[in-house]
Amino acid sequence: MSTARVAMNRQGVEDAYAEPMNFLEIDVLDPQTHGLGRARYTDYEIRLRTNLPVFKVQEAVVRRRYSDFEWLKNELERDSKILVPALPGKAIMKQLPLLTKDEGIFEDAFIEERRKGLEVFINKIAGHPLAQNERCLHMFLVDRRIDRNYTPGKIR
Amino acid sequence: MTFPSIFLFIQSFFGFGQTAQIDIVLDDKSTRPQIEVKDEEGHKNQLYLFLDGETVKGQVHINLKTPGKKLEHNGIKVEFLGQIEMFYDRGNHHEFTSLVRELAPPGEMTRSQTFQFEFQNVEKSHESYNGINVRLRYLLRVTIVRRLADITKELDLWVHQYSILPKINNSIKMEVGIEDCLHIEFEYSKSKYYLKDAIVGKIYFLLVRIKIKHMELAIIKRESTGTGPNVYNESETITKYEIMDGAPVRGESIPIRLFLAGFELAPTMRDINKKFSVRYYLNLVLVDEEERRYFKQQEITLWRKKEDGETAEQYLVS
Repeated sequence: MSTARVAMNRQGVEDAYAEPMNFLEIDVLDPQTHGLGRARYTDYEIRLRTNLPVFKVQEAVVRRRYSDFEWLKNELERDSKILVPALPGKAIMKQLPLLTKDEGIFEDAFIEERRKGLEVFINKIAGHPLAQNERCLHMFLVDRRIDRNYTPGKIR
Repeated sequence: MTFPSIFLFIQSFFGFGQTAQIDIVLDDKSTRPQIEVKDEEGHKNQLYLFLDGETVKGQVHINLKTPGKKLEHNGIKVEFLGQIEMFYDRGNHHEFTSLVRELAPPGEMTRSQTFQFEFQNVEKSHESYNGINVRLRYLLRVTIVRRLADITKELDLWVHQYSILPKINNSIKMEVGIEDCLHIEFEYSKSKYYLKDAIVGKIYFLLVRIKIKHMELAIIKRESTGTGPNVYNESETITKYEIMDGAPVRGESIPIRLFLAGFELAPTMRDINKKFSVRYYLNLVLVDEEERRYFKQQEITLWRKKEDGETAEQYLVS
């Protein structure tokens, strides 16, 4: 029984010390609440930084609200084969007046919990090779506005 | 009460089950190697080990429980049987080998007796196998044929099949991947391994655009029973062996060295009597930081090599 190693190519110095080719970071930052009274909503800054060639840009900054994340989840559940992770809660109960003594979904603590959940959510999805094929993901991360009348499709 | 249990109740009431005790003893019981085998319930039994072509001979002792009381019978015989049993079809045994020796013609036994039997140079074309949904077994069965109820005794045997060194044993070398995400070239030095061999190979990373956490190699056994549209597969992971911890980059080679001797493995069985197959696969699995799994399965052939000096050894088979 021979247990000698099979012939291996030696790794070049350039490859060994090259910049990693798998850099993908998405930050969800800077929650802002807009509007007054019942017409208020909160949106977040989505900052993409990457060197993956599948994302045609290396950096992108957009603002998105919770319902935009819901839209993305539905598009991916319908069109892609991936198991889409869960979003942080919708908190219907907190939106009913009289039932809440505080600001409900505009409380700082609630917004921070939601921000963290959205960050985990978008990083999980964007790193999935099958989700990276979907046009809806790229539109979500890069385009200024989400066009809900777009034609769904794959990009490669 | 079910029918069989009523039957047994009557038997014991009238003492039919107790009338005679049968013992089967092999002539070479002190020199023949034995092997420890786990049965369906997980109990371990010691069975005599036979090879293809070996003679099976010994003695059948029939003890009459109540001396003086004679035992009437329609003949006494001993059979050497090789059969395939499907677990979902319990009553249905497929016998692929059946030899019989008459020990006594119809008559009466008045006292305990011993009979000699010999099955010369018996062909045993397959290795014994105790599986998840199928069993291949060899046994000696003594039957005292009687009008109401036969008295039988069985002795299970175990058979190993040896193969000779394969003339051709190509390496398995392949480039696989996901476009623009991950390209690897894997190589396993052989495609046919004997049971105490070592799997030696390497994984070479051509492109890494995902964040890999670790990589492991698993050995999977897949048992297929049935044919045509009724094939039923059941897989079992024999072992998982981590070969890399951490994130590789382009140009890195990860060596593989996995020793098979420590695992419960049996030779690859292909389409045995058109009833079942047992095949083995190497499963290379890469896991990324989000617990996503990327894998590639490759079949390998396992064979049993005749070791030098393999006489009265004890080793585990399940």
